[in-house]
Amino acid sequence: MSAMLLTQQVLNGLLDGVYYLLIALGLSLIFSLGGIVNLAHGAFYAIGAYLTLVLSPYVGFGGSFVAAPVAVALLGMVIERTLFRRFYRADPILSLLMTFGLAMVAEQLLRMIFGAAPLSYSIPPWLRGQVALGSFIYSFYRVVLIGIAATCIAGLWLLLNKTAFGRVVRAGVQNPDMVGALGISLQPYMSAVAALGIGLAGLAGVLLAPIYSIHPAMGQEIITPAFVVVVIGGLGSFWGVVAAALLVGLVKGVMVGIGYSAASTAAIYLLMLLVLLFRPRGLFGERITRFE
Amino acid sequence: MSNNQFTRRSLLKTAGGIALVSGISAPAILRAQSADVIRIGHLTPRTGFLGPLGEYAVMAIDLAVEEINASGGMMGKKVELLKEDSVNPQTASTKAERMIERDKVTCIIGEISSASCLTIAQVASRTKTLFINTGGNSDALRGKDCQRYMFHVESQNSMYVKTVGRSFLRDGLVKGKKWYSLTADYAFGHDLLKVSKRFMEANGGNFAGDDLVPTDATDFSAYLLKIREAKPDLVVINLAGNQITNFLKQYAEFGLTFPVGGFGFDTALAWAAGKGNFVGTWPVVWHHLIDTPGTKAFVGAFTKKYNKPPENQAWGDYIATKIVAQAVNELKSAESPKIIEHFEKGAKFDVLKTRQGYFRGSDHQLMHEMYAVTALPADKIKNQWDIFASSPPVPGPNEDLEVIAATKEENSCVFPS
Repeated sequence: MSAMLLTQQVLNGLLDGVYYLLIALGLSLIFSLGGIVNLAHGAFYAIGAYLTLVLSPYVGFGGSFVAAPVAVALLGMVIERTLFRRFYRADPILSLLMTFGLAMVAEQLLRMIFGAAPLSYSIPPWLRGQVALGSFIYSFYRVVLIGIAATCIAGLWLLLNKTAFGRVVRAGVQNPDMVGALGISLQPYMSAVAALGIGLAGLAGVLLAPIYSIHPAMGQEIITPAFVVVVIGGLGSFWGVVAAALLVGLVKGVMVGIGYSAASTAAIYLLMLLVLLFRPRGLFGERITRFE
Repeated sequence: MSNNQFTRRSLLKTAGGIALVSGISAPAILRAQSADVIRIGHLTPRTGFLGPLGEYAVMAIDLAVEEINASGGMMGKKVELLKEDSVNPQTASTKAERMIERDKVTCIIGEISSASCLTIAQVASRTKTLFINTGGNSDALRGKDCQRYMFHVESQNSMYVKTVGRSFLRDGLVKGKKWYSLTADYAFGHDLLKVSKRFMEANGGNFAGDDLVPTDATDFSAYLLKIREAKPDLVVINLAGNQITNFLKQYAEFGLTFPVGGFGFDTALAWAAGKGNFVGTWPVVWHHLIDTPGTKAFVGAFTKKYNKPPENQAWGDYIATKIVAQAVNELKSAESPKIIEHFEKGAKFDVLKTRQGYFRGSDHQLMHEMYAVTALPADKIKNQWDIFASSPPVPGPNEDLEVIAATKEENSCVFPS
């Protein structure tokens, strides 16, 4: 294989990782703040994709790009108020069971409303075509997709690290009781974080609907690799999750590139095993007292 | 770390809840074994990556049973259908066992996964009950794993390869040409790859590349970059389920223009890829545009009931049920050994095509016509369903139906006694 193709595979792998990132960041945020392992996160991604399908005939892809994530975020807020809230102080196994059930209910609802058969949706004409970055020819849609994802990630980082809102959330991750003792109620922050994380999953659904098959079980497909990214990256670490997503994409892409495609999925789990052996808290995992 | 404790009250609530839930399912166990109905068991994957196809299977068998009952049932008895999600090979076998031993079904119809077909066939053989496979393609099921009590309405991989292979030969895409293949990394894909390599070697082509794709892969960008570099004369798809849709959407996204063809295919996946994304030439066991009275009636009834046309998996389960009903009514017996003897003698059945079909005695494969469909260019597509043009039936009118099936040398079956 030529060095050129290898370079392309490395680049493509890194870019591929970005798609997991939108899902993984939300998962990590919700877990860090509330201790909820949200197995239903993939379902919100699927709902985002189906909403794109439903809304596009009326508002176009551009309109869905705004409306669908907002709708999914609002749904996330409702779920947080009615379900998540009851499990913050409970044994994590209970919230795990609850979100597992929620994922199944959501998937079955999609199946009942839209049918089990996959539905068709294409890239809007104005986003089609190829771009040449030197001799690297790449899909224009994916370049746009990565631009949007990078903007979201940068925005989220600024929100968490440069605003008063972010300070409270970060303090809440480390010590919720202390935040309470200082007279700050964490409840509205919890809702906001759930809406944000779940909204990002909805956004991923919108962005991937034109290039992936839209079917009721699509959430299940993405949730496992997203979890692997969170585990490799380390809990509570923003950049850990970012690095892990890129690493997972890279490993997968290079395995395909060098002709071991059959092992490309297995390689990700092997990577997780190795990381956990040497760094049990993940790559950049922080010590969070209440989870120790 | 947990601060919640079980109180006596919550324990009672939980116990009560469990009792209530198990009470709901109890009537199934007490279901009366009445003598005036004939039961048929239907097992097919309804969730997972084959679930979308399973849904068509279920819709079709519901329609078939409705029609059979409307025209007098089987031997004057009403047909009752028991339907379950087969999930995976282990669950499929457990459910088949329960349907046969507890519910006393006459036969089991269904399946899409070749792996589940194998476990159901083992139960069928042990209990001497007929099983008709409507969706498992692997040649091994008609070869080293064949069973006397298993019949196949679905075509075997060899039939798919030889059908579409004729189109590739006609278009000059085989002799001296380079193929790049992507293969689903499980039993079905491996079997199909073996058969397609045999076809390629026999006709003087070779492989420029050959990648196995994990079944949970959704992103094909890394493979597309390799294909672009390899510049093949034909991209050959041995993928399955949603993989095919994902591949087609991304192939269009990356703007690749090498001819595409596949050896395994389902119409629903092309519909999901949609106009403009669906390209290439593919083999099908049946499609909704076949110009015969039988197909027109089936498509009409199905569309009226479900507001969309049936896809090829629907044909499989529909026709299998109709074949059983016809056999039982002709024999005036619903005993599996008698039905099997009837099939083995070469009884002919209307399979909604120009010629009648029959089961080949040597491996229990249904001998029938197949088709190669080619995607229409976007400007010739009138609606979301009619997105391809079909070849005439393969084999042609003057050929033996068996010419596309695997020969004894390619795949031999010895029924275990």
